[in-house]
Amino acid sequence: MKLTHLIKEALKSLTANKLRSALTILGIVIGVAAVIAMVSLGRGVQDSINKQFSSMGSAQIMVFSNYAPGITDPKPLTLGDAEALKDIMLAPDVKDVAADLQGNGKVIFGSKAATVSVYGTTGNYAELNNYDFMEGGYFNEEQVSGQSAVAVLGPTLAKTLFDRKTGIVGETIRIEGQPYRVVGVLKERGASGVSFTSTDNAVLIPISVASQRIAVRQTRGQVDTMTVVVRSSSRVNQATDQVKEILRARHRTPIGIDDFMVFVAKDLLDSLNSLTTMVTLFLGAIAAISLLVGGIGIMNIMLVSVTERTREIGLRKALGARRRDILVQFLAEASLLSMVGGAIGIALGWGIGIAIMVISKNSGSAITPIVGLDAILMATLTSSAIGIFFGFYPANRAASLTPVEALRSE
Amino acid sequence: MSDWVITADSLTKRYKMGTVVVNALNGVSLNIGAGEVVAIMGPSGSGKSTLMNIIGCLDRPSSGDYTLDGVLVSKLRDNEVAHIRNQKVGFVFQSFNLLPRASALENVELPMRYAGVTKNRTQRAKAALELVGLGERIKHRPNELSGGQQQRVAIARAMVNNPAIILADEPTGALDTRSGKEIMDLLLQTNAQCGTTLILVTHDPGVAARAQRTIRLRDGLLEEAQA
Ligand SMILES: Nc1ncnc2c1ncn2[C@@H]1O[C@H](COP(=O)(O)OP(=O)(O)O)[C@@H](O)[C@H]1O
Ligand SMILES: [Mg+2]
Repeated sequence: MKLTHLIKEALKSLTANKLRSALTILGIVIGVAAVIAMVSLGRGVQDSINKQFSSMGSAQIMVFSNYAPGITDPKPLTLGDAEALKDIMLAPDVKDVAADLQGNGKVIFGSKAATVSVYGTTGNYAELNNYDFMEGGYFNEEQVSGQSAVAVLGPTLAKTLFDRKTGIVGETIRIEGQPYRVVGVLKERGASGVSFTSTDNAVLIPISVASQRIAVRQTRGQVDTMTVVVRSSSRVNQATDQVKEILRARHRTPIGIDDFMVFVAKDLLDSLNSLTTMVTLFLGAIAAISLLVGGIGIMNIMLVSVTERTREIGLRKALGARRRDILVQFLAEASLLSMVGGAIGIALGWGIGIAIMVISKNSGSAITPIVGLDAILMATLTSSAIGIFFGFYPANRAASLTPVEALRSE
Repeated sequence: MSDWVITADSLTKRYKMGTVVVNALNGVSLNIGAGEVVAIMGPSGSGKSTLMNIIGCLDRPSSGDYTLDGVLVSKLRDNEVAHIRNQKVGFVFQSFNLLPRASALENVELPMRYAGVTKNRTQRAKAALELVGLGERIKHRPNELSGGQQQRVAIARAMVNNPAIILADEPTGALDTRSGKEIMDLLLQTNAQCGTTLILVTHDPGVAARAQRTIRLRDGLLEEAQA
């Protein structure tokens, strides 16, 4: 029997009972649509998390001072530590290290004033964090070592002080009473959700200046945070170990009671990713149950169909149909039901995903559902497999009937 | 000896219904020659259909040997038996047994599809339908045809693979006298033209009279008789 003929025959017998076939297909449609919608939304959420992280730089390691209880001689992090981490021999996976101090200050321009966060940073800070500028640029390493009184403004603060978007660079503002020349204005970043520092409403100045005027600390060259950039995101773990080793050696602390803490953004990303994967799988599994129910629907209808058509089966056998011919005939019907259901289900699931995207966009946090080729392939394969799996029992039953028995039935 | 298209040796068929055993055939031996027309008669329940089913390879005997056209059927596997049915046997049923959703043409094509025939399949089916006088109705579905016409489609279907035997179990049972006679004429005409052995079950002595030989069954045993 040729395939085209097989499909034609299957279509003929399925369309003979349109409502029944439609209801059977509906079961598969709902199942597949649910799976596609759940998986695509899960993927979408994961994707948006990953995007937030990539804006922050997933190949970053943050180092803080953190005195473990019981430590005898804790030492703060210093600019010397930051320099030491750049050692290519001891820390081959470290690409660059930035350091910063954090404080607060009253910023004044003309009659406008605001009290905001003041960050003292090294000159490579902007590059490390992928800052974009509305105007001007960041101060460089010479300006840091030369203790220049220069400042970079966050966009919100710039708006508060100047009420305009351009022509801010070159103006002189006062921070805690002292004058600073504005060299750059940052672009808006928004709350990226997982970043530690929001620079939108803040001012950034050289760390050398901040350590003397804004954030005075006990130790010379002391810093609050170090940002370590790793050469490749696949080497984050190695870089973390190198950082820890260097700092332990410099601070002379035994393993287990460090006077610093390392935060790896990638770890958080990984655990968030595995969480969303789990949730996606869980939701997908629940949706798959409805697919299973749809499959049982197919089996039920095929069993009814075999019973109804026992005489036809007997006749076909009398005319020379082999076991395989009958098996294939009924399997074709079952698979056709499930594949049509699968196709409609994919379209519907996609539609649901898009509907949710529109709703989520209107409510502020856009989730773009991702319907991958793999999800479509999976759904198609699963639904055909379901057709074949749940169709097999009824089809086999039909094929196993002896011709006399089948012909005698009424 | 080699002229026998059918040789049956001590065929028995037992049905177990719970604890009751029904002996539908109690040791039937018979030979039928190629091209013969044989009528099988007997009271209801005497085993006529059971015998026909075994001759048509739809069923297997409980014991005894059965040879059709030189093939010892009792030893074959199911798929091989399906092939024998397809190639050597044409069935005409009392209730026509056409596929309701298929046209006359598609119904006649079906045995050739199972035979894997692709070449000239439609032409051969058309020719068979013309032979039974339905050349004008090849697109009709069974429910658009009279009983007599449906039985003609069934005869065309039975003939189309050029079988060795045609089995007709009460072929006129569901028809009025006139179309019954026409169907008998057609079956006998086929036998005369193609030399296909024709075995038919009938209750009608008039029909049996047109056969070359009549076999009588009673309680699963042959009653010796000659036409
Ligand atoms: N599948 C079956 N199960 C049990 N008994 C059967 C079956 N088929 C036929 N019989 C019995 O075998 C006997 C012969 O039946 P059958 O060959 O159909 O008779 P006929 O066609 O001559 O009327 C009857 O007694 C019938 O009840
Ligand atoms: Mg009978």
